[in-house]
Amino acid sequence: MRTASPRPRYQDSRKPAQRGIVGARSRSRRPRSCTRGDAGADLGASPLPNHRQAGHLRPAPPPLAPNTRAAPPSTGGRARSREAGPCNQWAARAEWKGLSDPRDVTKLARGAVRFRPRPPLASSPPTRHCAANRKTGSAPARTFGRGRVAARRSRGAEWAGRGRGASLRGVVPACVEGAPGSAAAASSSRRSGFFPGVPGIPVRSSSLPLFSDAMPGPTQLFFPLIRNCELSRIYGTACYCHHKHLCCSSPYLPQSRLRYTSHPAYATFCRPKDNWWQYTQGRRYASTPQKFYLTPPQVNSILKANEYSFKVPEFDGKNVSSVLGFDSNQLPANAPIEDRRSAATCLQTRGMLLGVFDGHAGCACSQAVSERLFYYIAVSLLPHETLLEIENAVESGRALLPILQWHKHPNDYFSKEASKLYFNSLRTYWQELIDLNTGESTDIDVKEALINAFKRLDNDISLEAQVGDPNSFLNYLVLRVAFSGATACVAHVDGVDLHVANTGDSRAMLGVQEEDGSWSAVTLSNDHNAQNERELERLKLEHPKNEAKSVVKQDRLLGLLMPFRAFGDVKFKWSIDLQKRVIESGPDQLNDNEYTKFIPPNYYTPPYLTAEPEVTYHRLRPQDKFLVLATDGLWETMHRQDVVRIVGEYLTGMHHQQPIAVGGYKVTLGQMHGLLTERRAKMSSVFEDQNAATHLIRHAVGNNEFGAVDHERLSKMLSLPEELARMYRDDITIIVVQFNSHVVGAYQNQE
Amino acid sequence: MFYWLLSVVRRQRIRRGWQKWSSARSGASVAEAHSVALPTQAQVVICGGGIMGTSVAYHLSKMGWKDIVLLEQGRLAAGSTRFCAGILSTARHLTIEQKMADYSNKLYHQLEQETGIQTGYVRTGSIFLAQTQDRLISLKRINSRLNVIGIPSEIISPKKVAELHPLLNVHDLVGAMHVPEDAMVSSADVALALATAASQNGVQIYDRTSVLHVIVKKGQVTGVETDKGQIQCQYFVNCAGQWAYELGLSNEEPVSIPLHACEHFYLLTRPLETPLQSNTPTIVDTDGRIYIRNWQGGILSGGFEKNPKPIFTEGKNQLEIQNLQEDWDHFEPLLSSLLRRMPQLETLEIMKLVNCPETFTPDMRCIMGESPSVQGYFVLAGMNSAGLSFGGGAGKYLAEWMMHGYPSENVWELDLKRFGALQSSRTFLRHRVMEVMPLLYDLKVPRWDFQTGRQLRTSPLYDRLDAQGARWMEKHGFERPKYFVPPDKDLLALEQSKTFYKPDWFDIVESEVKCCKEAVCVIDMSSFTKFEITSTGDQALEILQYLFSNDLDVPVGHIVHTGMLNEGGGYENDCSIARLSKRSFFMISPTDQQVHCWAWLKKHMPQDSNLLLEDVTWKYTALNLIGPRAVDVLSELSYAPMTPDHFPSLFCKEMSVGYANGIRVMSMTHTGEPGFMLYIPIEYALHVYNEVMSVGQKYGIRNAGYYALRSLRIEKFFAFWGQDLNTLTTPLECGRESWVKLEKGMDFIGRDALLQQKQNGVYKRFTMFILDDHDTDLDLWPWWGEPIYRNGQYVGKTTSSAYSYTLERHVCLGFVHNFSEDTGEEQVVTTDFINRGEYEIDIAGHRFHFKVLSCKAPSLSLWGSHLQSLITTNALFFKRTEYFCMSLPSLCPLKTPVVPCIM
Repeated sequence: MRTASPRPRYQDSRKPAQRGIVGARSRSRRPRSCTRGDAGADLGASPLPNHRQAGHLRPAPPPLAPNTRAAPPSTGGRARSREAGPCNQWAARAEWKGLSDPRDVTKLARGAVRFRPRPPLASSPPTRHCAANRKTGSAPARTFGRGRVAARRSRGAEWAGRGRGASLRGVVPACVEGAPGSAAAASSSRRSGFFPGVPGIPVRSSSLPLFSDAMPGPTQLFFPLIRNCELSRIYGTACYCHHKHLCCSSPYLPQSRLRYTSHPAYATFCRPKDNWWQYTQGRRYASTPQKFYLTPPQVNSILKANEYSFKVPEFDGKNVSSVLGFDSNQLPANAPIEDRRSAATCLQTRGMLLGVFDGHAGCACSQAVSERLFYYIAVSLLPHETLLEIENAVESGRALLPILQWHKHPNDYFSKEASKLYFNSLRTYWQELIDLNTGESTDIDVKEALINAFKRLDNDISLEAQVGDPNSFLNYLVLRVAFSGATACVAHVDGVDLHVANTGDSRAMLGVQEEDGSWSAVTLSNDHNAQNERELERLKLEHPKNEAKSVVKQDRLLGLLMPFRAFGDVKFKWSIDLQKRVIESGPDQLNDNEYTKFIPPNYYTPPYLTAEPEVTYHRLRPQDKFLVLATDGLWETMHRQDVVRIVGEYLTGMHHQQPIAVGGYKVTLGQMHGLLTERRAKMSSVFEDQNAATHLIRHAVGNNEFGAVDHERLSKMLSLPEELARMYRDDITIIVVQFNSHVVGAYQNQE
Repeated sequence: MFYWLLSVVRRQRIRRGWQKWSSARSGASVAEAHSVALPTQAQVVICGGGIMGTSVAYHLSKMGWKDIVLLEQGRLAAGSTRFCAGILSTARHLTIEQKMADYSNKLYHQLEQETGIQTGYVRTGSIFLAQTQDRLISLKRINSRLNVIGIPSEIISPKKVAELHPLLNVHDLVGAMHVPEDAMVSSADVALALATAASQNGVQIYDRTSVLHVIVKKGQVTGVETDKGQIQCQYFVNCAGQWAYELGLSNEEPVSIPLHACEHFYLLTRPLETPLQSNTPTIVDTDGRIYIRNWQGGILSGGFEKNPKPIFTEGKNQLEIQNLQEDWDHFEPLLSSLLRRMPQLETLEIMKLVNCPETFTPDMRCIMGESPSVQGYFVLAGMNSAGLSFGGGAGKYLAEWMMHGYPSENVWELDLKRFGALQSSRTFLRHRVMEVMPLLYDLKVPRWDFQTGRQLRTSPLYDRLDAQGARWMEKHGFERPKYFVPPDKDLLALEQSKTFYKPDWFDIVESEVKCCKEAVCVIDMSSFTKFEITSTGDQALEILQYLFSNDLDVPVGHIVHTGMLNEGGGYENDCSIARLSKRSFFMISPTDQQVHCWAWLKKHMPQDSNLLLEDVTWKYTALNLIGPRAVDVLSELSYAPMTPDHFPSLFCKEMSVGYANGIRVMSMTHTGEPGFMLYIPIEYALHVYNEVMSVGQKYGIRNAGYYALRSLRIEKFFAFWGQDLNTLTTPLECGRESWVKLEKGMDFIGRDALLQQKQNGVYKRFTMFILDDHDTDLDLWPWWGEPIYRNGQYVGKTTSSAYSYTLERHVCLGFVHNFSEDTGEEQVVTTDFINRGEYEIDIAGHRFHFKVLSCKAPSLSLWGSHLQSLITTNALFFKRTEYFCMSLPSLCPLKTPVVPCIM
């Protein structure tokens, strides 16, 4: 653990560093490793017998409602981690320094401003509030006393201090508008020039133009829904409830894929976005906080903003594909979201491709992978003749055979600027494939094709960054792609053949309906992270013995990266020389960036990271009803068994809930009433969603301790300000593929 | 399988009725009826064979017009009429609606006798249940209004309710209203009976004939294009129900008829074991959102749910309404409510859940009248599921309207012209009807505002005012501030409190009023309708002299308050006109006059290219500076002396304010307080507002809203068109003789009527009352429409009321009639009659003492030469009046002149 300072900070713009509690976190997560570690082993087997236990041991998010207040499960761990973690030294120092110089209030505003509302709805007063209250319970003096540099330090550092403070005091006392809190609030009101010194007053900001700058997803969605004055109420409440529960218990912090520490340089990369508040000045209106939650329609519009459904078209009233269709959805926690998803049908070969991509250190890499990977796979699957045909078409400028039919949500975009570059790389790939293949073997192995495509794409990403591009925008883009990272979990379905290629810690889960109608989960992928013993083994084998201790530290690759396989992330792949060379010749933006210059500690024998996927094959059976592909945002919050059960019940429930018609039967009013009441109870849980993925997200975010969706909780979670959202959950991306049991059964009978 | 739901037992007979009239016209059987060629010409073409169309045809033919063609796209009475639940209820919130329903009741009652067609009319009575005290207050208000127009009704106890209806669970009730003369009737049969009677009177009826569009030439209806050929006509009546919107838009010059359909469900059951009596009263449980009537021994029950399902937004034009999908899950809350109210029904067997779309309008009132853009295009539609109740009366009023040019009652509240084209986008309608439909059974409390379809028209200052705590109301699509919530007030509590008692903005408005009296307030009045009339020669003056009762030939720069009268001398509009130059005039009218006034001017102005009428509402932002310090603020901003010597009242000048040039400053405030109106070209609005606010700081300036304005104008006895004044009110009746220049040297519309009235005396008189023994904190507040009693005799109703912070009492405005004790005929009302009498007001059944303050408008002649002093004949009241005069300097002679309010 003792590494040379400056402390490495490999981070993205959002994910908070958790100096104080990372140790605790990983500790409390450890039991889960058995779930994940042997996940591969129970492929095709019945559900894990010990899943309940595993579920209990998982770190639970802090209770949102005051009445469900419970001691945070990781409190003890945190306290221990403070003693153990050398990483806490820095935070401690900062706090000490602050205490020594409490009069330096000039920088106070800065500190407060970071937690001041962003124009969009999700943030306004709550943020400040929470910030204020947090400080009450954590390290008030730190904020007061920190110097300019410290004040500009990212949230990561603040959170580190906060977490530490919380751990010092255990559970923070109940929600009181303490003096330090109100001081912080007052300071920020002073900034806005209104109502100074009124503690705990959320800002009522009701002029629409304020929100016009880039908003994160959910906020934009509110617009059509609520008139601006209502907006203020939502602000008000979001605040109210947040600070309350945040005071009452420490927040749950999902593991961020990357670890970063509080290093001054960090601030340069992650510039505090503090220009937004300028707009809000002078248009403030204050009142006492109100209890007000998002209404169900507002919640729905947030949840449904990114939902997408695709139904495989039928021919002659019959669906001949083994896939009925899929539902997908995303819920951002980062702003902008770093997850991506893709779905496409291969047109030259049979089969359907579906994938989820979880980006880290920005969304550039996940975006690029989501655009490009399927082309690489499709090309790898193409027979020699088709490749030749395509090459000839390109050569002679004829129209190209379409390779993929994309099924995209309007929010899923493709970058136009890079398409030429991407195409050229792809073309080189297929040209090589043509050259390699002399036409002797016509059988294409899907597994091999998938592996080749993954590796090739990662190679191309790396190469493009090394070569650079004369266009400065593109040059910066390819570098950003290469320096950020993404995991991928891709399923290829062709008839009864299901291949899942996985790189990283997203997961593919098969929903199997047993004969008694119950649901069981079959994991089709292995997570590539510290919970997977074989991965640990692999890493240790790939590097010299003397690195055995440093290659995985604190459950992270080189102490930094959570997934052990990923696209991009050239910092873990290139030699130090190459990294330095590329950065020096790179554009200024990159060069100014302290973060890119930073080399991971103990970096002796690169590459440490690979994009090579692990491919799992599964032959579909009639009892395999659906496949869930999801990023770790989902798996962190829900047990796989619950996921499969909820989706399964949802999909079957859909069929049961037909409209009632009396038509000719003798029904009394009382009977009808009973029937309707029953249906309504059922409907309220199921029928709100037309999309299985949305339904799953609703449960993932809103489930209470009884496993039922709690609207209050849901509305609180969704109205979290953008800065806080990431503390409570990761981006969630889900694709639910529904299989056609009839077609699958017919295949089986044929053979 | 087609089946006439509610007329199932009379199906045979209907056939006969049908044959009767179709053979009367064409000598052919029903089946061939549609093959008959249409006439090529008619005076009136009515589109729609539902209850509205047949009622209009019936009344027109009865009143003497014979050359009428009625077209129906499907079969007669096959739209909403067919599915109507058949409840005729007179308990309505508006008096005009009560009158229409009352007339309908009487008409349907004798229809069977007149036509020989059974209409299934049964006088069952109806019972309105109240589960809460607030609901009971609402019922009591309706009750006292019903009684004064001669409809018997009474408030009864829950125990009595149980006696009247055996199945009801009355445990949760606090009271009820019983209207014994309400009835049940088969609406389809009523429509057929009306059609039969009309066809006997010469109306030609053609079914299976669709109107494609209406042919308009030069803004006048000339004919109708149908799928069976063209018919030339002078008048077209759009009674197309839920297709009316589409039909209106199909014209080359579209007529916007804002209405939208929602699905409406009701339940039919098989008969009870002991079938219900046919005269079992209808139950309306508004708190439970349901109505229940007996139907063939069983029950029929429907309701207005909280989550309506709008339908046909995209204008799917189905011919007849086929029975739409039954949605039991949607009906579940209503079913629960029904079983709670009548638990014994548990075992009753269901027959059917009927889904019949009903049309709703943006303000819960039906739409009738002539299109503002196309002459001869009449509309009667959008009944908000009360088509059967209104059918007869509405048809009668529309027939009168077509024949005489105006109906015999004031129907402004229902007039199509209350909507601009702006309130008729599909999206707006869809959103608004989703609010309106549940509102039908919601508690109607004073001063509620619609929540949907808002922020359509706003002033450029909207954001600024909103940020300062403005609460908004909407008028004619325009957002206006009601009041400004101070920073330390609890916002949400204010919004939520809906009450019949003292509202919690009371103190807020008080401080705004106080500021208007003592310092200066600024009110954004941009919503007011503003027209400019210019001409090359004297045409503008000539036409205005003809249209307005006051003398407009005044020196340039003067402002004249005047009424725009109709032939009967009634107010079509009440406005202020500023003479900008010899040949151009600037006209300021109330907000909701935008369409109505425009249509009236267009109708009466000659086609003259030298005469230009322009709607400049959107060009100006209007700021009203009210208060004694307004002079200081303005003179500081303009470096011009603003004292009365330099800037007399009712004067208009273009001047600079701050950096901005060309601001029209008028020395009037619409409240009677000293101050100025600034008409600011919109691009300067923010600048001028900022300047005014920053300069005004030292004079204690603050924002104020319409509630303050309202309190100010009512305590100064200023009538407000649309509320106090209407087309049946003449200037003489509201004491505005001085604004009428009968001898101005030329004729004007309404002059003859006024001359005659001057000779004969007036039959009603606008009077200002003060509530005497009323505890503002504890008693119910007056709203409007409360009956006034003089010596125990009903003499009229209030038209508006407000709390006067100066008098510390409620002030009500209203009309006093003099009904003869023997015959009930109206007699002349003299000031003496008014002043000799003990008055009472009935607020939800409770009578309060009422004192007359004045029955003469505090008007002044145009040049401010004299101000009529208040009439203070009531000796007992003299003291208060004196105080009144002292406290309101502006009302006293020779002080700041008083200006009437238009809003």
